[in-house]
Amino acid sequence: MKVLVPIKRVVDANVKVRVKADNSNVDTANLKMALNPFCEIAVEEAVRLKEAGSASEIVVVSIGSKAVQEQLRTAMALGADRAIHIETDEELTPLSIAKLLKAVQEKEQAQLVIFGKQSIDGDNNQTGQMFAALTDMPQATFASEVKLEGDSLLVTREVDGGLQTLKLPLPAVVTTDLRLNEPRYASLPNIMKAKRKPLDVMAVADLGVTLKQHVKLLDVTPPAQRTAGVMLASVAELVEKLRNEAKVI
Amino acid sequence: MAILVLAEHDNASLKLDTAKVVTAAKAIGTEIHVLVAGHECAEVAAAAQRLDGVTRVLLADAAAYQAHLAENLAKLILELAPDYEHILASASSVGKDTLPRVAALLDVAQISEVVQVLGGDTFVRPIYAGNAMAKVQSLDDKKVLTVRASAFDATANGGNAGLESIDKVIEAKTQFVSQSLTVSERPELGNAGIIVSGGRGMGSGENFAMLEALADSLGAAVGASRAAVDAGFVPNDLQVGQTGKIVAPDLYIAVGISGAIQHLAGMKDSKVIVAINKDPEAPIFQIADYGLTADLFEAIPELIAAIKA
Repeated sequence: MKVLVPIKRVVDANVKVRVKADNSNVDTANLKMALNPFCEIAVEEAVRLKEAGSASEIVVVSIGSKAVQEQLRTAMALGADRAIHIETDEELTPLSIAKLLKAVQEKEQAQLVIFGKQSIDGDNNQTGQMFAALTDMPQATFASEVKLEGDSLLVTREVDGGLQTLKLPLPAVVTTDLRLNEPRYASLPNIMKAKRKPLDVMAVADLGVTLKQHVKLLDVTPPAQRTAGVMLASVAELVEKLRNEAKVI
Repeated sequence: MAILVLAEHDNASLKLDTAKVVTAAKAIGTEIHVLVAGHECAEVAAAAQRLDGVTRVLLADAAAYQAHLAENLAKLILELAPDYEHILASASSVGKDTLPRVAALLDVAQISEVVQVLGGDTFVRPIYAGNAMAKVQSLDDKKVLTVRASAFDATANGGNAGLESIDKVIEAKTQFVSQSLTVSERPELGNAGIIVSGGRGMGSGENFAMLEALADSLGAAVGASRAAVDAGFVPNDLQVGQTGKIVAPDLYIAVGISGAIQHLAGMKDSKVIVAINKDPEAPIFQIADYGLTADLFEAIPELIAAIKA
């Protein structure tokens, strides 16, 4: 079974971004970048499926500027076999990304496509679902457990109120939740080996997909700031404040 | 043109999220239809008919819709889509699962987690874990939106919408196998007026009993940080944060939670925030209205006693 894992380069999860002075967007210049945490979990899951003998090949794909090759190399150091880079400097909406990935899937014919459930920059939580719709594949989003059973996939999902288990015929789409696995660290020898693994670069035009603009970003502003609170000395004082000042209990 | 709202329900009762999404829909227009898709869910449809501002309820009652699978639900909505310019759902697990599929089938973008409606095509949504607010304009002829329920008040009852049945049944390739839901007497996290949340500082799952006692004394829901969930103290559906539940109660009490960016993303719109932490440097104190530097194992029992007094 071939597994396709789309990944994204994002601002590191521990960095607090700031809005640009002209409110045109957030300022991401010179910030530490990393593999989106949910994508890292997706790569790890694919690698585990390969280690278990279920997956035969893992292909990672990313869309963006030349810099995304760094994250593709990271994914290969974690165990992916080869990478595809679709080069573009444009900011694409999830729908456009899903369309490009559909074109990749038409060539790759993967049996399983594992996405992160959301990227921590756009917080959209859409791409996996959109890809599944465009390819008419069944989907299991927010997965916390994935098991291959013959030609089907048993996936436990994190839903509001608890867990749900679904059975999907392959080919299928899975999007990962945080609790699916604990991603490994890439070892130095694996990082060295990843440099020699194949990485194909394609242009958007090579995929024969016409993209259009769906959304216009009008402005980006900082969220409302909370006014500084007070430090209290005792529990008694806290209860008094909550009762008489905030009037919430 | 009319607005379609996908009802959030468990086949037995309509969730409050739907009433909040209807409020968001009212900011867009006046012709609001609610789609109730499920199995043996006539009660849910009746509750939706009573929501103020709803003009029609569409009921798709079939076994195929029981588990609210995105695969066939999206195709059902696609069938209805020609009559609508806006399609809305709560940014719940069902809404987030389903609407992007709808949007892709319609070849339009989806706007996720809308917190403010500025017009029929202009919306505000948080990005980067809530560290920036993006004002976006949809250029598509149809707008598919998920709404952050905590950002809107629930619309009241008082409506008397007409009911229409939809016979179309679409089967999914996906099969529902089982589910295990967390059973709790406490209010639902998303709709609670007060939330008491514990983090890594709780030390163990057993110690959460203390927080539950505090929650019960306040009629509150219990939440948790990712650290508490990852450590296995509590089930994951209690997680508050960027990737868990987004809440905005009147009072949020964070106990033993440091206040990582990802946690703050889920609760910083709460009206009053209380932090109890023994580390005076914890980032949570920067956003707390009331902070108490204390050992939670002493402070919580004291707090419970003081509330009962």
